[in-house]
Amino acid sequence: MKKFFAAAIAGLGLAVTASAASAQAPSTLAQVKQRNILNCGSNTGLAGFGVPDAQGNWQGLDVEYCRAIAAAIFNDPNKVKFIPLSAKDRFTALQSGEVDVLVRNSTWTMTRDASLGIVFTGVNYYDGQGFMVRKKLGVTSAKQLSGASVCTQQGTTTELNLADYFRANNLKYEVVAFASSDETIKAYDAGRCDAFTTDASGLYAERLKLTAPDDHIVLPEIISKEPLGPSVRNNDSGWFNLVKWVHYAMINAEELGVTKANVDEMLKSPNPEIKRLLGTEGKFGETIGLTPDWVVRIVKHVGNYGESFEKNVGQGSLLKIARGQNGLWTKGGLQYAPPVR
Amino acid sequence: MTTIPTETRQPGKASLLYDPKIRGYAYQILLLAVVGFLVWSAASNAIENLRAQKIASGFGFWHNAAGFDVNQKLIPFSASGSTYGQAFYVGLLNTLLVASIGIVLSTFLGFFVGVARLSSNWVLAKLAMIYVEVIRNLPLLLQLFFWYNAVLKPLPDARNSIALPGSIFLNNRGLIMPNPQFGPAFQAVVVAFFLAAFAAIAFYIWSKRQQERTGKQYPNGLITLGLILGLPLIVYFLAGQPLSFDLPQQGRFNLTGGLQIYPEFVALLIGLTTYTAGFIAEVVRAGILAVSKGQTEAANALGLRAGPTLKLVVIPQAMRVIIPPLTSNYLNLTKNSSLAVAIGYPDLVQVFTGTVLNQTGQAVEVVAITMAVYLTISLVTSLFMNIYNKRMALVER
Repeated sequence: MKKFFAAAIAGLGLAVTASAASAQAPSTLAQVKQRNILNCGSNTGLAGFGVPDAQGNWQGLDVEYCRAIAAAIFNDPNKVKFIPLSAKDRFTALQSGEVDVLVRNSTWTMTRDASLGIVFTGVNYYDGQGFMVRKKLGVTSAKQLSGASVCTQQGTTTELNLADYFRANNLKYEVVAFASSDETIKAYDAGRCDAFTTDASGLYAERLKLTAPDDHIVLPEIISKEPLGPSVRNNDSGWFNLVKWVHYAMINAEELGVTKANVDEMLKSPNPEIKRLLGTEGKFGETIGLTPDWVVRIVKHVGNYGESFEKNVGQGSLLKIARGQNGLWTKGGLQYAPPVR
Repeated sequence: MTTIPTETRQPGKASLLYDPKIRGYAYQILLLAVVGFLVWSAASNAIENLRAQKIASGFGFWHNAAGFDVNQKLIPFSASGSTYGQAFYVGLLNTLLVASIGIVLSTFLGFFVGVARLSSNWVLAKLAMIYVEVIRNLPLLLQLFFWYNAVLKPLPDARNSIALPGSIFLNNRGLIMPNPQFGPAFQAVVVAFFLAAFAAIAFYIWSKRQQERTGKQYPNGLITLGLILGLPLIVYFLAGQPLSFDLPQQGRFNLTGGLQIYPEFVALLIGLTTYTAGFIAEVVRAGILAVSKGQTEAANALGLRAGPTLKLVVIPQAMRVIIPPLTSNYLNLTKNSSLAVAIGYPDLVQVFTGTVLNQTGQAVEVVAITMAVYLTISLVTSLFMNIYNKRMALVER
């Protein structure tokens, strides 16, 4: 009996020291390489950003971000496991290490950066919150929505902006909050609410799910800033840099005219900026734990930012969203990347 | 002559180590220490890891501004000025509301179906059987989706509400009825109601004693009803009708004013009630079947009709079998109410473990509080049911 207790206590002590030691885990990049697959937190289904197609292949702007990371690490855009997460579960999944990177149209806010133990790496889509209503209501502005019932997804910045907007404009409303985006749009479709609110890009995507999409209009007001971007855990600056620079690489590639089609020819380009980007001069990739040709891998498999945008949410998609704020800074947009040097 | 030594051996005094009682205590203390150490190390480990991951911890968020709205609330709550702590109470009260009404309704429905299943009326018995089999064998979540859509879909929109008599309107935003506004003199009516209730109880006790002594029966039900309804009504009119109604008005989108019962609440209540009633029906059936047939036959032989036989002979004995499983059904109903999250009813899990957790990011604290709440509700329910069970149990002499 005594031996049993002694063994139990010794075992317990071991378990505690082991769990304390686990705080010193290997870097995220090392874990991903060892696992040979990237775990990417993705939307449960938002057209244009992250949704599985009829064959079960994930498609979308956010999805391609993860594919670009996988391409840069493994030279294989398919070494990604997409883990669909609802709005309310997403950050917990990232904090607990269930996913390596969260690319799930999440808004970058101060609280999220400062107190959730995560950091946003940048903005891959500049968005703003809008409203959708039925045409037959005859509403032309969000200011006319006093007394309306509004359907929204809970655990989002949308829920907070909604409260702010109606309070600031002294309008009354009733909020009906659902845990999943599917339930939200279904309830709106069933007539539970007069208005549906989410990020403007999401409005166009969700409208496609309605029984009669043409009976609904998106109101002109954009009531908030919604910088959407990827986030990583706040304890691995090497991984943070890698994820951040994948986005910058794609923007720089677009700016320098490097596309999926011409990337092999561009390798011979005399332009020093292109040479540095594609790794024919210098070894910039190695500074973030990758190979010198990391950008070639990204562009070859996924394309530059503009190509990914047009294919998923722009003219090549059902959503047909204009580049607008998401255009390059050289064309009046907000997408701007620091130089590779 | 030899003398026997007076010194007798005292068992256990030789060594404390071999005293079974002391050894028992020692092991208990050791076990407690081990458990305590385990809890302490798990907690400190969690805190350490949260700090290493730069995740905020502690309960400071409780007093931070919430910044979101909730539609169904029993206490004042708004985006301007309310805190996460108040959001917790909003969710908790909504959970308690749906659970307590659900428990009452499912008990009535369950008893009715359970008795109906044993009925000699073939159609009634088979209908009850079909009800029980269908309800018990479908997942509750699916049933909630069904009720939510069944409640929502067939109803007209807010501009074409079904008008019921008494300024009550029904549409896909819920049931909207006049909101009673109590004048100051209404207190007198409340006082009258309590007086009437006391009088009714006193009369009931008196009449029982009379019956035991003389065998004379009094119409207890009628007199109670008369007292409880009549006295407050008389006072109400004497006080000059201190009650007015806030009537719902047609607004641009919704009816404004009035008291609104939300469709999410109705769907959740119907779903929980019908589902739990299916289980309670079986518990009741089992309880009744557990009462020996001889009891019914003896009651019949004494000339009792079917109704009094059930009420006075069978049910009181069946209750002893029914109460313990009934308690676990009540607990299940309360816990199942957390499925509200799927249909947008703002219960504790939806508001607190959903929105608040997400806005603060403090999963450990929020989930721990939520678990503690459900544990408390369950233990309190069990406590009351155990007290009731003790009163109903067979008194052994």
